[in-house]
Amino acid sequence: MNDFTTWDVFRNLLAAVPWTIYLSLIAFAGGAAVSLLLLCLRFAFPRAAGTPVRLYVQLFQGTPLLMQLFLVYFGLALMGVQTTPLFAASLCLSVYSSAYLTETWYGCVLAVPKGQWEASSSLGLKHWQQMLLIVLPQALRLSVPPTVGLMVQIVKNTSLASIVGFVELTRASQIIANATFEPFLAYGAVAFIYFVICFSISLCGRHLEKRIRI
Amino acid sequence: MSNLAPSAALAPALPVSASSGAAIELVGVNKWYGDFHVLRDIDLTVNRGERIVICGPSGSGKSTMIRCINRLEEHQQGSIVVDGIELTNDLKRIDEIRREVGMCFQHFNLFPHLTILENLTLAPIWVRKMPKKEADELAMHFLAKVKIPEQAHKYPGQLSGGQQQRVAIARALCMKPKIMLFDEPTSALDPEMVKEVLETMVSLAEEGMTMLCVTHEMGFARQVANRVIFMDAGQIIEMNEPEAFFSNPQHERTRLFLSQILGH
Ligand SMILES: Nc1ncnc2c1ncn2[C@@H]1O[C@H](COP(=O)(O)OP(=O)(O)O)[C@@H](O)[C@H]1O
Ligand SMILES: [Mg+2]
Repeated sequence: MNDFTTWDVFRNLLAAVPWTIYLSLIAFAGGAAVSLLLLCLRFAFPRAAGTPVRLYVQLFQGTPLLMQLFLVYFGLALMGVQTTPLFAASLCLSVYSSAYLTETWYGCVLAVPKGQWEASSSLGLKHWQQMLLIVLPQALRLSVPPTVGLMVQIVKNTSLASIVGFVELTRASQIIANATFEPFLAYGAVAFIYFVICFSISLCGRHLEKRIRI
Repeated sequence: MSNLAPSAALAPALPVSASSGAAIELVGVNKWYGDFHVLRDIDLTVNRGERIVICGPSGSGKSTMIRCINRLEEHQQGSIVVDGIELTNDLKRIDEIRREVGMCFQHFNLFPHLTILENLTLAPIWVRKMPKKEADELAMHFLAKVKIPEQAHKYPGQLSGGQQQRVAIARALCMKPKIMLFDEPTSALDPEMVKEVLETMVSLAEEGMTMLCVTHEMGFARQVANRVIFMDAGQIIEMNEPEAFFSNPQHERTRLFLSQILGH
């Protein structure tokens, strides 16, 4: 055995927290950007873009993130394209989140009652004005709880990046578990850290929800 | 039926103000939802300043008919001319008509994320391109008219149903419409709030607004309508002045309906 204290375990794990957070932020920002683009396409060209967007969402929701990660990381390497674990993980997590965000946000726009469209139509507002002034602000409010839920999922999903060797929280905990021969302490500590991160996000979400209640 | 005082300023029916062509003209209008024939050969001319009450059993096509007039629904056959403009697929015409036709819904459909004042000024600012200050003044004028100026900075969710419906009426009036459509404006309200909304509508009638109103408030119909229409199964079955309509309905279906609605 060696002289790792509990504090040493935590200290080493905490050093990996920023990477988990970076990866989560990249995944969320990338996912949000892609899904906003897809939503614009879907609402601007419902006929032409509807099916491709739906297929995209189905494809990435319907396959395990782990397989997507393997395919990108090892598949690209096989084709002779150099990738880094960070790049592969960012790309896969972004695409994966974009699928869920697109689906969720689309649902939020549809969830705005039909009467809101009718009332604004009857006042003579143009379609883009209805969307911008009436529907999107309400959809935004509706989207807060599910979006916060998805952010928590994203944080937890970043743990999969450990599979391709990216050293974030989970990978760090594996290394520490191996070095200390105290897997229970290492994994228990990392689970606790994940919980703290996710719980903080939920708290912020609840606060935001209260502030913008309709 | 209605909670309105029987003695109101309006005698049985107001004189129709000087007309210059019909306000609304429906000729041979037919509409289907898929296979379902919801409007059958509707012919209806509404003169300027005229107030028409439409009644009939649920599902008879009353809402569909008035919603065709501002193109919330599309008709498939026949012609609808509103304020001299024929409704076609031309978006410009639809917009033009919607600027002249106000509508109130059963469930108010106020914009919950905007204050009462913002609900009222939205369309004048974005559709009429009115400066904000002017729009605010206009909105306060109409809020005073529906007797709730003190609620201007609240949100719709903070108001009672009756107040919300009066805001909805004021919101439509801010566009200075020539025609107002009402789709069962009081049927979602608690009984004690029906009166305040009907009073607002009566005062609108007194000012000579052209009104098409789907309602089962027969007291209101007697008081302000020039004509009452009975619809059933997508058709206009009967149309008459209120006095004759209520005292001497011509059709069996009208009699049956009236006996149900009047509760004897
Ligand atoms: N969007 C729709 N699609 C299919 N059927 C509809 C639709 N809207 C209304 N209907 C049907 O059309 C009929 C007339 O509806 P409506 O005009 O709302 O009746 P009313 O207002 O007289 O109660 C009803 O049978 C209703 O079920
Ligand atoms: Mg109806």
